Amino acid sequence: MLSIENLHANAGEKPILKGLNLQINPGEVHAIMGPNGAGKSTLSHVLTGKEGYTVTDGKVTFCGKDLLEMAPEIRAREGVFLAFQYPVEIPGVSNIYFLKAALNAMRKHRGQDEVDAMDFLTLVKDKVKLLKMDEKFLYRAINEGFSGGEKKRNEILQAMILEPKLCILDETDSGLDIDALKIVAEGINAMRSKERSFLMITHYQRLLDYVEPDFVHVLADGKIVKTGGPELAKELEESGYSFLEQQVA
Amino acid sequence: MTETASLALIEDYPQLKADLPGYDVDWCRAFREQAFSQFSASGFPSPREEEWRYTNVSAIEKKRFHWAAAEKTIDPAWVQSLFLDDCWTVVLIDGVFSSDYSRLSGLPDGVMVASVAEILQSNPDALKGYLGQAVSDKEHNFIAFNSAWFRDGIFIRVEAGVNLEQSIQIVHVTTQTETLSCTRQIFVLQEGAAAEIIETYAGQDCAYLTTSVNEVFLADKAQLSASKVQQEAEQAWHFGGWYVKQSAQAQFTHHHFAFGGLLTRTDIHCDLETAAECELNGLFLGMKRQHQDSHTRIVHQKPDAISREQYKGVLDQRARGVFQGRVIVAQDAQRTDSQMNNQNLLLSEYAEIDTKPQLEIYADDVKCAHGVTVGQLDENSVFYCQSRGLDEESARNMLTFAFANQMVKKLERKDLHDHVLSLLLQRFPQQGVDSSWL
Repeated sequence: MLSIENLHANAGEKPILKGLNLQINPGEVHAIMGPNGAGKSTLSHVLTGKEGYTVTDGKVTFCGKDLLEMAPEIRAREGVFLAFQYPVEIPGVSNIYFLKAALNAMRKHRGQDEVDAMDFLTLVKDKVKLLKMDEKFLYRAINEGFSGGEKKRNEILQAMILEPKLCILDETDSGLDIDALKIVAEGINAMRSKERSFLMITHYQRLLDYVEPDFVHVLADGKIVKTGGPELAKELEESGYSFLEQQVA
Repeated sequence: MTETASLALIEDYPQLKADLPGYDVDWCRAFREQAFSQFSASGFPSPREEEWRYTNVSAIEKKRFHWAAAEKTIDPAWVQSLFLDDCWTVVLIDGVFSSDYSRLSGLPDGVMVASVAEILQSNPDALKGYLGQAVSDKEHNFIAFNSAWFRDGIFIRVEAGVNLEQSIQIVHVTTQTETLSCTRQIFVLQEGAAAEIIETYAGQDCAYLTTSVNEVFLADKAQLSASKVQQEAEQAWHFGGWYVKQSAQAQFTHHHFAFGGLLTRTDIHCDLETAAECELNGLFLGMKRQHQDSHTRIVHQKPDAISREQYKGVLDQRARGVFQGRVIVAQDAQRTDSQMNNQNLLLSEYAEIDTKPQLEIYADDVKCAHGVTVGQLDENSVFYCQSRGLDEESARNMLTFAFANQMVKKLERKDLHDHVLSLLLQRFPQQGVDSSWL
């Protein structure tokens, strides 16, 4: 589904990704861990087309298409979703207004008609219940005055409505208390399917206790330096990233 | 008065003045003559005047205007499309009261809504204590011009204790090119009276000049909620003003939407007596070469009054916005509580905003705050919307709309809210949205 080959990218002038390779097949859950500054967020931004980054080498193929050629909204419509580390607040527009616009943009891209109002409402309310959110959230301005946990739940709600093929979760666990973390994890697990893949970027083991990954990668200095199963995350939790320095030495 | 020949605004006055309403009434004639002599001495305000530094009206002086012809081609459906439901509607066409279009049946006892021209004929002294009393011609020469030239207007009086359950909508429409539409409104709410007045300004697609001056007198504990929806035609000049005298504990709320016109300015002045309250909200939008000037002055004359002011501006292409907000706290006005805020969004590198909040405080025990921001759309927010599938243009329109919509959301009347909202959505179109879910 997603194939990253020898990806080199700069943030501004500074090289951050330095030859990253990653293959994600349908249905797989990959976790990327790594120390601060390793390039985790840069990877999520480069994959989703945020401005301010330059790809200097390598290629990224998504479902057979060149991902890096596409505008950010086309990547989204093709099925790449990014749950933001810091979701933005948009006072003046309600959540449900925004969700409908987003879903209709996806549907239009797929040649479908605009969603029927009643069907949409049923769908959204269903997901809201699953995420244990108050329906009132739908009519509040996007993320305005939301707590950290509410913002992250809202990201998962958007993912559930937009049904991406690949869901990139950028530190979705940061800033969550344990109850919120469980709810978010349940939401992610509910979305898992044979067709849908996940790329979870995280600092900590704790999200992985609830969403078990198929693969864990360690990203350091712009490259994946180690890959393993879920047990690798546990090792990292215990011994940290000190092995990286030993390797360098 | 049905002349259609061009008017020279100074040279032709001596020939035309005798036809103006009230000219045969001694005090009104004196009022008009004095105003005219002030206007003829120096013409329209010049950018050399501090209060007009950012708004240059010299182009108007070169134009010739005329009174609209009596025979008019008006599209009734268009006029009626501006009407709100469940209102008493007063219509001024090309600056003259139209009884045909107005809907005033069923006004309760104690409420008077009438044409100023008619009153100056039938009972002129009813206006004597009001005309020129809430604003002086010395304020600036558009006031003097209006005092000299006004041809009609609306007088509203709500007697003590009467609470008007329906709103009154005043619809100003201009239908012909080069029309001079010059109206004077007098609104009087006696003690404890309550009312809502909504002004709508619109024009068929042509160039014209609107000047309107509203003098408002709120007695003790009176409450007036007012809105102004300015959707003038693209080539129109518009100068409007609200001059509000608030007695003790009187409350005034104003929502101002400046969307249309080529060059427009609205002045709102509130004079607050003891424990009076005013809330001024405004949204101005400019695109192409539009110039939108909002000028407010709140004077806390006496103690314990409260003022709240929030204005937002959105300027695109080569548009220019001006916000001048002045709060004056007189020496006697202890325990004044005042907040003023102006936020502006510049969407193009050629757009311009001149914003000038001013606080003048002569009392020592006051709580006053003011803030101004000028910025662009947050690129991270644009990316957020794109990452949810919205194309860049829709994303930018949605974010701009969101910024502006915060002012529209303050409207409590649903049909007015929906009308202003639809104007805003037309200006910032987004795909796949449903405004009922805002």
